[in-house]
Amino acid sequence: MEPCFFQTRQLAAGYHNEPVLRDITVDVDRGEILTLIGPNGAGKSTLLKSIAGQLPLISGSVWLDGRKTSDMSRQELSRRMAVVFTDKTYTELMTCGDVAAGGRYPYTGRFGVLSKQDWEIVRGAMEKTRAADLWDRDFNRISDGQRQRVLLARALCQQPEILLLDEPVSYLDIRYKLEFLSTLQRLVKETRMSVIMSLHELDMAQRISDKVLCIGNGGMERFGPPEEIFRDGYIGRLFGVESGSYDEGNGTTELEAAQGAPQVFVLAGGGSGRDTYRRLQRNGTAFATGILYTHDLDYPPAKALACEVVSLPGGESMGEAQLKAAKKLVDACGEVIVCRETFGPWEQMNRELWEYILKSGKRISGGKK
Amino acid sequence: MRKQRQENNKITSDIIGFTLLAAAVIILLVCNLGIGSVRTPIRDILGSMGRGGAYAGAQASDTVRTILWRIRMPRAMAALILGGALGLAGYLLQTFFHNPIAGPFVLGISSGAKLTVALVMVFLLGSGIRVSSWGMIAAASAGAFLAMGFVLVMSRRVSGMAMLIVSGVMIGYICSAVTDLVVTFAQDADIVNLHDWSKGSFSGITWENVAVMAAVVAVSSAAVLLLAKPIGAYQTGESYAVSVGVDLRRLRMALVLLSSMLAACITAFAGPVSFVGIAVPHLVKKIFRTSKPLVMIPGCFLGGSVFCLFCDLLARTLFAPTELSISTVTAVFGAPVVLAVIRNRKRERG
Repeated sequence: MEPCFFQTRQLAAGYHNEPVLRDITVDVDRGEILTLIGPNGAGKSTLLKSIAGQLPLISGSVWLDGRKTSDMSRQELSRRMAVVFTDKTYTELMTCGDVAAGGRYPYTGRFGVLSKQDWEIVRGAMEKTRAADLWDRDFNRISDGQRQRVLLARALCQQPEILLLDEPVSYLDIRYKLEFLSTLQRLVKETRMSVIMSLHELDMAQRISDKVLCIGNGGMERFGPPEEIFRDGYIGRLFGVESGSYDEGNGTTELEAAQGAPQVFVLAGGGSGRDTYRRLQRNGTAFATGILYTHDLDYPPAKALACEVVSLPGGESMGEAQLKAAKKLVDACGEVIVCRETFGPWEQMNRELWEYILKSGKRISGGKK
Repeated sequence: MRKQRQENNKITSDIIGFTLLAAAVIILLVCNLGIGSVRTPIRDILGSMGRGGAYAGAQASDTVRTILWRIRMPRAMAALILGGALGLAGYLLQTFFHNPIAGPFVLGISSGAKLTVALVMVFLLGSGIRVSSWGMIAAASAGAFLAMGFVLVMSRRVSGMAMLIVSGVMIGYICSAVTDLVVTFAQDADIVNLHDWSKGSFSGITWENVAVMAAVVAVSSAAVLLLAKPIGAYQTGESYAVSVGVDLRRLRMALVLLSSMLAACITAFAGPVSFVGIAVPHLVKKIFRTSKPLVMIPGCFLGGSVFCLFCDLLARTLFAPTELSISTVTAVFGAPVVLAVIRNRKRERG
């Protein structure tokens, strides 16, 4: 098998000869996106800087197209690898076009004067990142989202085969986050360049990555496709989540659940209960809920927020066991919130539970406030 | 196509800018030669310049010729060359530290050079040895490098541009204080001249001085111009410079060496001259509406020349026959520029 376009072998990265990360061995092919995820301070930026040659490698090697990057000249490397990092950019009286044109550096002569053809390439890069309309704007007077697009254009001007990005969307609002990552995805498809980037947006990392490298506080932990990483509560462990929870299936978060014995029972299902769960969490009220299929929209938040959930796997029919458990919980709670009053034929037990609740004489309120 | 036309407009306006600066240099040069306590008609100046000092025209009297050729000419040339060097040194330091109020004077580099020059002169003159121009430059460079080294150490320890400047100013004060001590207690008649020099002045420059400073400044400036491309990349930020292939270590080293060298050269001959280094790059940026090194480097040189020729003219003539120290005049015109820069930055950040 042909070796991957980009490889690291037993890479150790860190500052002042003290490794923060050891034994990093990853492969990225052309047209693939590798995302680095992990807690703050674990060394994602350090790894990116080391790959880019901005920090000396402590040991190990970085390979590009079958050759070590340390054997390449600065010029060759800069024609093959570009970066969009978080370092402050200082500009004065420079238009966005000027900033992007800086990426032609490895291709221009002694005094760095751009040819007509160079300008064409800069123009093309600005169009590809949808920054063409910013051409004459002062780089200091544009928004963060626009700035990232210009810096991406600048990197494209180097015509790189591999692009490194450090938290490229961290300070952007949701519109610009999506826009930036979509642009990046499109460019990767068009140019078949490889991308290595760190992301704090786990949901987006899960969706955009071909491969994910997890860097925990102890160094490199897992490396593989997102479907192998985002499962079984691993993400919570990687980040050491203690309060609240992260639902890997949906990429959603819930805050820390209220503790104690349930005071309220929530009759929910089909997505009718989620808002109620969160309202109860905000009020600090411990609650129980049911009867839910584990594939129900309400199930992940219920699992995260309720102290008890009466549930059963999808495909099975609700039976006496679940009904009995739910009735017991209703009896134990002082109040019931009923989020729905219609039930399908496959959830006969929920209908019976509802009737039981009506007869119980408990204080009943609706799901909507 | 719109782009092309804009580029052309830009080039045209750059040419106009350079023409204006060059014209200002020539006009000020003539003024500097023509104006002074001894009246010298234009005709004599032209005659004196046209045929060379030794063979000056019959119309020009010997005194006029001597004044022009021995005193005013080298002095004006020094203002031109050293002014340019100052503008350039300021530009390099501002670029290096990403700090708009950096300059050889505020960072203490001029004062460091001043101290070593004073020490060497007092010591050698005391032993009856005359110091040549090259010796002066060597002494000044040593001091400039020492002060620069200190500033570099401080720049790693302190955060924020204001603190860096404060450290530089403190270094400057310490060096100046020691220099004053040395100069005050040195009794030798030759050293009395040191007193004027230690406050900054273009007076007393000889043709030999001019030749040496021209050589040093020409070589340094040419080197700076050759670095225009990496300087442009460095300006936007260090990680970006590295990513496009700049050898950061070498560039930083070159910037430190060249800016210290230029600052040392100025101090060796004219003593510490304040504010030119800070103010000129900002004024030049205003003129050309750009920060591109390929424009800024020659622009700062010419701008520095204009600034110093103008200020020296005032220093000589304002209260003639009493001469002001050059820094008195440069401060009057330079300090407001610095204040304006600080105010504008604040406003831009909102």
